[in-house]
Amino acid sequence: MRITLTVNGRAHEVDVEPRDLLVYVLRERLGLTGTNIGCDTSTCGSCTVHVDGESIKSCTLLAVQCDGRAITTIEGLANGALHPVQEAFTSEHALQCGFCTPGMIMAAASRLNEVKDPTEEQIREGLEGNLCRCTGYHNIVKAVQKAAAAG
Amino acid sequence: MIPAEFDYRVAGSVEEAIGLLSGNEDAKLIAGGHSLIPLMKTRLARPSMLIDVARVPGLTGVARDGGTLRIGAMTRWHDLERDPVLREHCPIVAEAAGQVGDPQVRHAGTIGGSVAHCDPASDIPAVLLALDAVIVAQGPGGTRRIAASECFEGFFQSALAHDEVLTAVEVPVLDGAGCAYVKFNQRAIDWAIVAVAAVVRHSGGTISEARIALTNMGTTPVRARAAEAAMAGASGDAIAAAAALADQGTDPPEDTFAGAEYRRNLARVLTLRAVERAMGA
Amino acid sequence: MATTEHRPNIGATPRRKEDPELITGEARYTEDLTPPRTAHVVMVRSPFAHANIRGIDTAAAKAHPGVSDVLTAADLEGAFAAPLVCAWPIVDDIKIPPVYPVEGTRARYAGQIVAVVVADSRAAAQDAAELVEVDYDPLPAVIDPEEAMADGAPQLFDDVPNNVTYHWRSKEHSPVPSAGDPDPIMASAPVVVKERFRLERLVPNAMEPRSILVEPNASQGEYVMTSATQIPHIVRTVLTLITGVPEAKLRVIAPAVGGGFGSKLQVYAEDAICLALARRLGRPVKWTADRTEEFVSVHHGRDQWQEIELAADADGKLRAVRVRIVAGMGAHHLLLTPGIPMLGAWLYGGCYTADAYSVEIIGVFTNNTPTDAYRGAGRPEATYAIERAMDALARKVGKDPAELRRMNMIPTDAFPNYTIMSGLSVDSGDYTGSLDKLLATLDYQGLRREQAARRASGAARQLGIGLSTWIEMCGLAPSRVAGALKLVCGLWEACTVKVMPTGTIQVMIGVTAHGQGHETTFSQMLADQLGVDYDDVQIIAGDTLTVPFGMDTYGSRSLAVGGIAMHNAGEKVIAKARGIAAHTLECAEEDLEFANGSFTVKGTDRSFGIKEAAFAAWTAHNLPDGMEPGLEATYVYDPPNFSWPGGAHACVTEVDTHTGAVKILRYVSVDDCGVIINPQIVEGQVHGGVAQGIAEALFEGAQYDEAGNLVTGTMTTYLVPSAAEMPSFEVLNNPNAPSPTNPLGVKGIGEAGTIASPPAVINSVVDALSHLGVTNVERPATPERVWRAIQEAGQ
Repeated sequence: MRITLTVNGRAHEVDVEPRDLLVYVLRERLGLTGTNIGCDTSTCGSCTVHVDGESIKSCTLLAVQCDGRAITTIEGLANGALHPVQEAFTSEHALQCGFCTPGMIMAAASRLNEVKDPTEEQIREGLEGNLCRCTGYHNIVKAVQKAAAAG
Repeated sequence: MIPAEFDYRVAGSVEEAIGLLSGNEDAKLIAGGHSLIPLMKTRLARPSMLIDVARVPGLTGVARDGGTLRIGAMTRWHDLERDPVLREHCPIVAEAAGQVGDPQVRHAGTIGGSVAHCDPASDIPAVLLALDAVIVAQGPGGTRRIAASECFEGFFQSALAHDEVLTAVEVPVLDGAGCAYVKFNQRAIDWAIVAVAAVVRHSGGTISEARIALTNMGTTPVRARAAEAAMAGASGDAIAAAAALADQGTDPPEDTFAGAEYRRNLARVLTLRAVERAMGA
Repeated sequence: MATTEHRPNIGATPRRKEDPELITGEARYTEDLTPPRTAHVVMVRSPFAHANIRGIDTAAAKAHPGVSDVLTAADLEGAFAAPLVCAWPIVDDIKIPPVYPVEGTRARYAGQIVAVVVADSRAAAQDAAELVEVDYDPLPAVIDPEEAMADGAPQLFDDVPNNVTYHWRSKEHSPVPSAGDPDPIMASAPVVVKERFRLERLVPNAMEPRSILVEPNASQGEYVMTSATQIPHIVRTVLTLITGVPEAKLRVIAPAVGGGFGSKLQVYAEDAICLALARRLGRPVKWTADRTEEFVSVHHGRDQWQEIELAADADGKLRAVRVRIVAGMGAHHLLLTPGIPMLGAWLYGGCYTADAYSVEIIGVFTNNTPTDAYRGAGRPEATYAIERAMDALARKVGKDPAELRRMNMIPTDAFPNYTIMSGLSVDSGDYTGSLDKLLATLDYQGLRREQAARRASGAARQLGIGLSTWIEMCGLAPSRVAGALKLVCGLWEACTVKVMPTGTIQVMIGVTAHGQGHETTFSQMLADQLGVDYDDVQIIAGDTLTVPFGMDTYGSRSLAVGGIAMHNAGEKVIAKARGIAAHTLECAEEDLEFANGSFTVKGTDRSFGIKEAAFAAWTAHNLPDGMEPGLEATYVYDPPNFSWPGGAHACVTEVDTHTGAVKILRYVSVDDCGVIINPQIVEGQVHGGVAQGIAEALFEGAQYDEAGNLVTGTMTTYLVPSAAEMPSFEVLNNPNAPSPTNPLGVKGIGEAGTIASPPAVINSVVDALSHLGVTNVERPATPERVWRAIQEAGQ
């Protein structure tokens, strides 16, 4: 099937099989390997991207379901300089191995679009769909707080 | 992990979806896909065709019609959680919607998809049971209204026929009744080990009517009838005594999360907490 | 005039050098690389925990479109020169049955590879794998290591009676003498406590699943393997043994690696298979694990039954420690499997003194995935046993657990180099200092008062305070000690420091990072040492072609071993530059002092910078007679001792007695990890380590059904916790015990949190419920287990 995906602001026409998951199309067809695959069960959130501005797990979405929709990946989040969440992740040491980081940043950015001035509890609950094995989340929470304050 | 091969069609209308279903025994509807796609990736489900109904016009949103709120089947958890009409007139649906999965799942999953999937650990079925909700389905022969008590037939089995499309869920305006959905799990993202939906009419600390439904205490959501009966007219310690009957008549599962005996305890404890919260405690 | 030396980097928290590519998605993990003509590999794995393989029919799979080959053990005969390698035969009579990468006759765990599918696409390979028909004859399986060693249990190997692969006794096998014999003291001491704990299996779950890419140059017989590994050098050596590909023709690269925690400290069957396939097919070969596959194929951790006995005087003064461990090995040995429990055998006495000590360990084969190193590797197990048992002793003698610990601790003035009861020498420690700081931070007495009030009121939610005062041996390790413990390899580390003609510096180092922040930390160190800018230092690692032969990353060794190798290489660079400076300035070397990147003739303002020396060394126009051109040096460092971090942790929990739910209200740690180079990175290591320990205490455990299937084999059933389940942490430092073993005073911090925290959490849960008669909750302390413990205590 031929579908149209607008990815990071640019329209792509792609021929896909119905069974192609969005994450594979992004990674293997469009070369956007920043979005990672960490589990098979929609649990870990490493594959989180934005579809029409909202966080979603791209390993649990068929590319054909996204025909005509706008997708943002970690490669397209920043608008010139770093996005405030990216900036806060590095300043607060919110990443170690970095594998969960693109998904974590995309989930956090989406959450901050929806909840402007979150409490610590709201940040933690907002990241319930993203697993990190390195940081214990402490600095991730601090980073999201900092990004929220930065607007 | 990649699903086995299948055909994919986008339905432009409910009628078109019904037609495609009628012609293919192995076809399945897909809405958000967050229950179905994981099963397809592990190849535990291998439909020959997916019919995407997420873009059918007119199946989203919440509308009030007198004492009834009509929720379009393709309304996502994320939108239910925030819907002002629901939050005012039937907040237990919004509350439960906000506890489904995680934010990413709530951006994709729909109420209709969940009801049709009929997972006994899902949140919304017990809520609909406690609300005496109505499930609206359209088939080749027209539209059918199914009481929630008739909808959840068995383990992952709803009363919907293969060629029926769930189009809406109707819940009552709850003005004057308190409600609460209390969910117990180890991780926020997990399905409920047990959860309790309570809708309580009360005055001056005395309950006149309590409708209580339990998540994951059997192969389908179940009403806690004995507890409900004992709640009627109860106040003070009698409410706690009534809650202690909540597991009567249930047949809870044993799985990696918990055993049956522990689930029975949770049903009793959480019923009291849900009723107390519904009463504003 | 004396020069003031500036050391602006050590102790500071510059932006991590690793981060820019990681926060923008530009970093390349192995799975991100797919060269042209890549063949995709999918493994066919046994669904049975124990079964004879009667036959395999690959015809349908081979006929599937896009499939280039389907191979069984028979097809791969000759591809492997040796079986999978176990490098730690810890006793002379250990039994190590040979197991090859692809099993042909008998599957011994669910997940073992029985066939391999190679196809042009991942989807085709996955489709074809379903078409491989294996005729299994299922056999009874055994999962619990104690059950496996019982008479009549299913036998995994004909020549391993009772599935016992080894029996290690400290009295017989320790290369250093322990304190006295505990047996007579146990028989006569006024107080004896005996505790028994089950440490369930853990699945490491590094966020990046394993991935391997092998690119051949077939006509030259050369291979480049890119792999999500912690140990590129060891992978290369071991794969040479298994496949026969010459070590000199095999290059192993660890690119960006998404966490390890020990799980990527391994040479797996898949590594050998991919190399063998690339040789056979002459095209790039790639395999990436699905998470579900990773659950059964990546090595597991822990899996022990522990019995620990403490003998004490009536006042709680510890007299003797005696321990017996039954350890599950899984279905066969992997690289370090047998040695992991023994790595803890030195620490069952904790940071305490006693007169007598013994440990015995029985290693047992079971029908599940092999075990091996998982964050802490042996040391969390030991710490769990002694710290839980100390709480039991405190209850028995009626002492506060903090007080009981303090009275038994090795005193601070016993250091340096105190010989602990297991016979090893500890470099430095200040255990009472850490405990005091912890209790003050907690307001320990205030918490005890709140606990008493809640108990008196009969509140549904009770308060618990759990302590863990811990030590560990890390910075693995002196090679002689490794040899005495029968490890096949040495544990030195190598580093080359190269000052380029224009003054920037390349550091090629044998340890390789997968989240630890080596680039940042090492750059800080070398910048201060050589007096150059942080940004002038470039750290290069994780490629056997470009860095000196090293021993890789595990056991919190990167800083204490690799960092010292770099420091000593840096000293050699300074020494050489000093010679150039003296030659140029026409003075004696002794007349030069080096500070802030420059040599100055004492008492003058005549100076010569190290960057100038580098340029002079490059032009080689005017060097001292006989000096080699170029300013670079290599140092291979073999440490004289382990390093010995220690500290005190506390976990404050609220336990819902009606549901058994445990909520962590506070988690406070005071750790001595030696001199701290980067506080932010150290705190991050503590956060992550503690979180992993909390996870093992409350959430994670591998469960199997009767047939030996892993029923917690996905991330939906095996509960890796999220931010929503974790508390914030209060992380403090005790700076009073820098290591005297190395010139920087560093120790290590990578595993500390995971070693310390599980007993702090479980002690806290038990403490919350002890007034109800609860003395133990097995881990993970799920709500159901906590609730059951309350019910059983009430009966």
